[in-house]
Amino acid sequence: MFERRHLLGLEGVSAEEITFLLDSAESFKEVSEREIKKVPTLRGRTVVNLFYESSTRTRTSFEIAAKRLSADTINLSASASSASKGETLTDTARNLAAMRPDAIVVRHPSAGAPHLLARHVDCPIINAGDGAHEHPTQALLDLLTIRSHKGQIAGLTVAIVGDLLHSRVARSNLFGLRTMGARVRFVGPPTLVPPQFADLGAELVNDLHEGLRDADVIMMLRIQRERMNGRYFSSLDEYSRLYCLSVDAVAKARRDVIILHPGPMNRGVEISSTVADGPYSVIMDQVTNGVAVRMAALYVLVGRRRGIEADDGEHSTRDAGTAGGRTAGAAALPLRRAAAAE
Amino acid sequence: MAIAALDAQLLISGGIVVDPIKRTQRRADVLIRDGMIAAIDERIAGQIRSAGKGPPTIDAKGLIVAPGLVDMHVHLREPGFEYKETIATGTRAAVAGGVTSVACMANTRPVNDCPSVTRYILERAKAAALARVFPIGAVSVQLAGEQLAEYAGMHEAGIVAVSDDGMPVMDAELMRRALECAKMFDIPVIDHAEDRTLAAGGVMHEGAVALRLGLRGIPAAAEDVMVARDVALAGLAGGHLHIAHISSAGAVQMVRQARASGVHVTAEVSPHHLWLTDEAVMGYNTNAKMAPPLRSEEDRQALREALADGTIDAVATDHAPHHRDEKDVEFDQAANGIVGLETLLPLTLQLVHDGLLDLPTAIAKITSEPARILRLSTGRLEVGVPADLVLIDPTHEWLVSSESLLTKSKNTAFEGWKMRGRAVVTLVDGRIVHDERARGATAAS
Repeated sequence: MFERRHLLGLEGVSAEEITFLLDSAESFKEVSEREIKKVPTLRGRTVVNLFYESSTRTRTSFEIAAKRLSADTINLSASASSASKGETLTDTARNLAAMRPDAIVVRHPSAGAPHLLARHVDCPIINAGDGAHEHPTQALLDLLTIRSHKGQIAGLTVAIVGDLLHSRVARSNLFGLRTMGARVRFVGPPTLVPPQFADLGAELVNDLHEGLRDADVIMMLRIQRERMNGRYFSSLDEYSRLYCLSVDAVAKARRDVIILHPGPMNRGVEISSTVADGPYSVIMDQVTNGVAVRMAALYVLVGRRRGIEADDGEHSTRDAGTAGGRTAGAAALPLRRAAAAE
Repeated sequence: MAIAALDAQLLISGGIVVDPIKRTQRRADVLIRDGMIAAIDERIAGQIRSAGKGPPTIDAKGLIVAPGLVDMHVHLREPGFEYKETIATGTRAAVAGGVTSVACMANTRPVNDCPSVTRYILERAKAAALARVFPIGAVSVQLAGEQLAEYAGMHEAGIVAVSDDGMPVMDAELMRRALECAKMFDIPVIDHAEDRTLAAGGVMHEGAVALRLGLRGIPAAAEDVMVARDVALAGLAGGHLHIAHISSAGAVQMVRQARASGVHVTAEVSPHHLWLTDEAVMGYNTNAKMAPPLRSEEDRQALREALADGTIDAVATDHAPHHRDEKDVEFDQAANGIVGLETLLPLTLQLVHDGLLDLPTAIAKITSEPARILRLSTGRLEVGVPADLVLIDPTHEWLVSSESLLTKSKNTAFEGWKMRGRAVVTLVDGRIVHDERARGATAAS
């Protein structure tokens, strides 16, 4: 079960809660395979996507997820710099709250911004990435992808490679993977892998080939070009020389290794095209799973909490009911109930 | 508020009188005449009683009688930031906390880098007529770290030290010259020791908590390298270097070594660095955001040891009022600092309860020691000095509530903390400037 009001991060979220979210996502995957990709679960609910950083993939994924649940979605983009000249985040939050949304999905360049929002509004907050802190739905979709390829997460060795210092994806994955019983290696140059990460449960390795040895999963992080300006590393070329995921490097990992990347990729910088497009890559599965995970998050935080009695099953949901049978989790419940109402 | 006329007498009877210079405590009466301490003796009250009608008397039975506290690191914000604090509200908070001498930092608007600003601050303090205010001038014009401010003029106007607090002096050569020039006036250079290239962009202590929260860290080494540089410069220049709000174990060790080798270096620590660590930031608590940042538990323990062994001379608040709107924002956008004047006394007394310091030493850290560093005549309890006193109820327990603080800003890191010990009556020049008994009576009625 997942009884939290918000999804602010994966730190402190239990294995049972994560499993519940993944099971729920699994049951929603089927909706996206239908001809009519819509269930009435969140009909009449309003989901606000509040993005203070540009994002195509995550925002689109959330929007599609909400729409497939029949929620009304509103996208608000604000540049944090213009916001800092005008309305404060807390004022924005209060104004939004006054319009009674049922959930706010927020991305913000400042770590902790979703936590600040959560203190000022009543509705559930979903963190879609806050600074270098967390990006919980990204980690959940990674966990779902890993679980569906490997059967389980416990006991796996996951190597996360790149700019760990600035990565919210890495942090959320570290918390989630550790909770689920995986070993996590952080692989990158010392400037981007500070030693205190060991206190958070990561094994730290500077050498790429050593870091990939016997890995079950390789997760590449996107390198921010502007960070490779001579302060953390002398240049993008230098970085690439040591850390680009080549076919040779992949050979150090287990034969059945899978390779993830949160996107967007810098081909030829952190990952070679051969690898990105090769047989080990599950990058497109991640994107597909992203929609399912976000449907699950919205359903768990919004739909289940407020009840679904009003749903009258206008759309056919019979299939969804049976699809829910695979996991028989609570996620299937509203779909079944809606079906019954039909 | 009862006000004793200047030519009147006032007797404080039966209290435990603490002399922070002699490091003694004894039961005695204190007689105040014409605003000065006229006598300290066990038998004054008895003698007066037998002589018939005596002066007005404050019964101090069960109370500690100490010199009024000296807070050598305060941001009063006036001129320029009166929405955060004014000299009147800041000194009002000071006397409520038992603080009768306040040294105020130069980062006002305009900056206190010339005599006219110094004089303005002193005039405003005189008008407020609460605590004594001792302005600290800027090291450099506009705190820009490029050219020295007008030390001679400001000294004549009344500054007691120079500091670019908040804007560490990155130019080593300028720091050297500041130490040399300040020496002429026998005033310390107060050093906000933080290498700005290492601290750049950082918003909290660099460590596991910062990594967990995804916040950019400021390594303890940012302080260490600056203290190392500046004790070397103080050795070269021969001036008096004072390290403000020392926060790291490494910096403490360097002060210890430098002093052993004869460099004139002193240090202060803030109560928050003695009581809190970077863990306080968890949950993105902006009232735990300060410069220098709250550090690790190892650092905190090193600070406590250094305070006990005398390496750290004084406790000073770094009272830094900020408007609510400057704290109720994203963590990395929030202003640095917390208010401290009204919690200095109980947090220092708690060090006695903890067994770290004895009572006279704890009192010395917030009276005679900071006074010695700034060459003030206050912070002592002797016959013939102005009667700046605080009567402390050491057993009084109270909960910190930002709403009941008298400072204009409410940014405390100790909200909801249970404090033990409180200033009951505060006197400046023998005049009662704060009376908690009256406040309590009003609240009760």
